[in-house]
Amino acid sequence: MKIFRKIAVPILAILIFLALWEWLVWFNNWPNYKMASPSDLWPAFWRFRWLFLEYGWQTLWRTVAGLGLAVVVGTLIGMVMGFSRTVREGLYPLLVGFNAIPKATVVPVIALIFVGQHDMNTILIAFMISFFPIAVSVSIGLSTLEPEYRDILRSLGASQFIVFWKIALPKTLPEFFGALKVAVTLAFIGTNLMEIVEPHGKGLGHLFDSGKINADYPLMFAVLIALAVLGILLFYIVVALEKVFAGWAERTAH
Amino acid sequence: MPVPIELRAVSHAYKTDSGPLPVLRDLNIKMAEGSFTAVVGPSGCGKSTLTRLIAGLMRPDEGQVWLGGEIVTSPRATVGMAFQNPVLLEWRSILQNVMLPLEIVKNKLSKSQREDRARQLLALVGLEGFEDKRPSELSGGMRQRASLCRSIVHRPQVLILDEPFGALDAFTREDLWQTMHDLRSEEPFTCLLITHDLRESVFLADEVVVLSGRPATAQYKLTVDLGDNRKIDDLYTAKAVDMLATLRHQIEVAQGRAPAEAAE
Repeated sequence: MKIFRKIAVPILAILIFLALWEWLVWFNNWPNYKMASPSDLWPAFWRFRWLFLEYGWQTLWRTVAGLGLAVVVGTLIGMVMGFSRTVREGLYPLLVGFNAIPKATVVPVIALIFVGQHDMNTILIAFMISFFPIAVSVSIGLSTLEPEYRDILRSLGASQFIVFWKIALPKTLPEFFGALKVAVTLAFIGTNLMEIVEPHGKGLGHLFDSGKINADYPLMFAVLIALAVLGILLFYIVVALEKVFAGWAERTAH
Repeated sequence: MPVPIELRAVSHAYKTDSGPLPVLRDLNIKMAEGSFTAVVGPSGCGKSTLTRLIAGLMRPDEGQVWLGGEIVTSPRATVGMAFQNPVLLEWRSILQNVMLPLEIVKNKLSKSQREDRARQLLALVGLEGFEDKRPSELSGGMRQRASLCRSIVHRPQVLILDEPFGALDAFTREDLWQTMHDLRSEEPFTCLLITHDLRESVFLADEVVVLSGRPATAQYKLTVDLGDNRKIDDLYTAKAVDMLATLRHQIEVAQGRAPAEAAE
């Protein structure tokens, strides 16, 4: 029953969604340049299957690299902000301002840092768009640690590092994973932004762009679906990691 | 024999935006080895400041805190603390929670000896069979029992309890008072209890110190001579009722609601 609910129900929901989509296109008699239907997508996938694999992989690994960078840098920023009020108050306006800048406007600037078809450009955008929630959640997790938690170890003469390692870090993990789920999808948006806005012949964004140039609308829709599949994949990897490292925070429903 | 805890002329003030806020003034308290002292007083009179000073988490502006013949300047492993909030770590089992101080304090115990020690304490407070549960699976009273075990697992000389029973319902609270007595007969420690509950102070302590309003000083000290093997019923004897009346009056004086001269 549990497995049925976890696997069969989501799959059923997807099938219903596809059927409704197909019906909508058929009912309105839309041409495929207005709205491609699911049955148009499969031929598009199959025709470009090797390109999908190759470009999908490029998009995936650069997203993961950008996300990894966001985890490391975001956690570090969150740590210093969580432990020092001065740093927190100093950095907050900078971070918020940075986050408020539409990343599409940063793309051409970043594209000049590593000139040409450099992977680092894409990774940087994925990083910039996704580190903010991680930094904020880690800093909030650390700064809202009740003083008693600190005191039970501090009163025994434990160092700041021990307090961080044994209490503050594990206690922040649920917030961290919550932010990571948001960051995963953001990182995808970042990668594709770079691939589409600043075409450099790599990734699913590039495939989307060539679909646009060739007026191949089913291909464009197929790329969108491929992106959604990759997003779901990464998201559930994060969910699995969360179960392993912060499963204790989940209340079991009886 | 050095006195385990002694506060000598301790004064302390917090720095606030509107100038220093004095919380303790010329406070003197002496606690003999193995004794149980309860500190009561109006809210906000600096009782929690007192616990942090004794634990070495803060240093007083004036005066000294002596512990085992030395002036306290920093935290030390010979202190155990428990709070109103049991602060158990949700990602650890009850047993691992109790063993936490043994991971910090230097000791020669092997892993299995540490575990035996924790299991033995948990059995003593009636938590046998709950060792592998998570804190969220336990009731408030059980969590507080586990927290008490953690505070004494490393055999501290001094146990500091900051309103540990304050958030519990009346029946659970009385159960835990009994548990405190049981623990005390098994484990030697000198205990300082901060509380709002006068009955609790009379039931548990050898001496009750009433703090005055802020800045707090020792306004009144009451020796509780109800013997060692106390039962809840002892709180309803004429002697105990008298003591409670005296303490209640002293609190009213501390709050400024009763004149001091009528104290005796």
